[in-house]
Amino acid sequence: MCSVCEEEVVVMVPARRISRDEFAAIVKKYMKNAYFTALGLVGNRDDALELSQEAFILAYRNIRQLNSNRKFYPWFYQILRNVCFSHLRKTRKRQRFSLEELQGQEPSAGVDDCFTPHVVAERNEAKDAVWKAIGKLDDKHREVIILRHFQHLSYEQIAKSLFCSKGTVMSRLYYARKRLKELLSTKKGGDRDGV
Amino acid sequence: MACDEYNDLMMGYLDEELTAEQKRRFEEHLAACKQCAAQLQEFRQLKAITDQVTLVEPEDRLWQQYWDGIYNRIERGVGWIIFSVAAILLTIYGGFKAIEALIKDPAVETTLKIALLALLVGLAILFVSVLRERIFFWSKDRYKNVRR
Repeated sequence: MCSVCEEEVVVMVPARRISRDEFAAIVKKYMKNAYFTALGLVGNRDDALELSQEAFILAYRNIRQLNSNRKFYPWFYQILRNVCFSHLRKTRKRQRFSLEELQGQEPSAGVDDCFTPHVVAERNEAKDAVWKAIGKLDDKHREVIILRHFQHLSYEQIAKSLFCSKGTVMSRLYYARKRLKELLSTKKGGDRDGV
Repeated sequence: MACDEYNDLMMGYLDEELTAEQKRRFEEHLAACKQCAAQLQEFRQLKAITDQVTLVEPEDRLWQQYWDGIYNRIERGVGWIIFSVAAILLTIYGGFKAIEALIKDPAVETTLKIALLALLVGLAILFVSVLRERIFFWSKDRYKNVRR
């Protein structure tokens, strides 16, 4: 996976449409970052593939909005996160409606149930539990965990990607990790109760 | 300073992202606060296990077909736009010709012709009204560049 930290500025000539080959080169450079970030945000492979590709299509259509002195990935990341969060909002809304219709019956799977551990490499119980707990975090808290732990971005890079200060990044990480800790300890407690 | 005010610094310390001054300040607090030291230890364990979680790398086939998938969707999008524009133009043209033939046909009753013309005038008024409203709101919309 290429490091988004060492990326160069993609030089765009204003009012010029990018050629197919130029855009193909950009996609090939960032597709893994885009796919894995989307996977971290939405939790399953099919959606991650679909949404990351959709984000590239939107980027292609709007590439003229990218100023010549801006880096591609932070700009693209805004599109990617909007696409993923919008997908999650729609999924949640659909589930709320279907839940209202099915009142009294078994509830359907929640968004966090999309975070199945099948996508985790070299699985074990602890890793599965962490992945499931990440799926239960709020969107903005899950986002910082994904950017820090899965994309290995520095605080500076996370701040640039999210258009916020480093202080906000530290604060979000604190609450995200605190919540993660609570979710994992609840699970441990639940498992013990079940034994 | 209360412990709460060191929460953010604790994250920076854990991830080795603090400046020398911030690190010194946090370590000073840590030496005097057992609660924060215990919390830091818990966060270290959490970080260690979270760092171990890696995601399955998809098959090479997915990466090979990734760009093709995007290109096909862009191409199809253009195809759909051209198709839709052509379909609209053909429908308008066909509709216009059919109405023209009906109006010119002496066998068709005058009432039907008047009704048809009224239908067309009504449609035209509705179209212009909606179009004007859209253009007016679009030009005044301060939030048009905000993604919903």
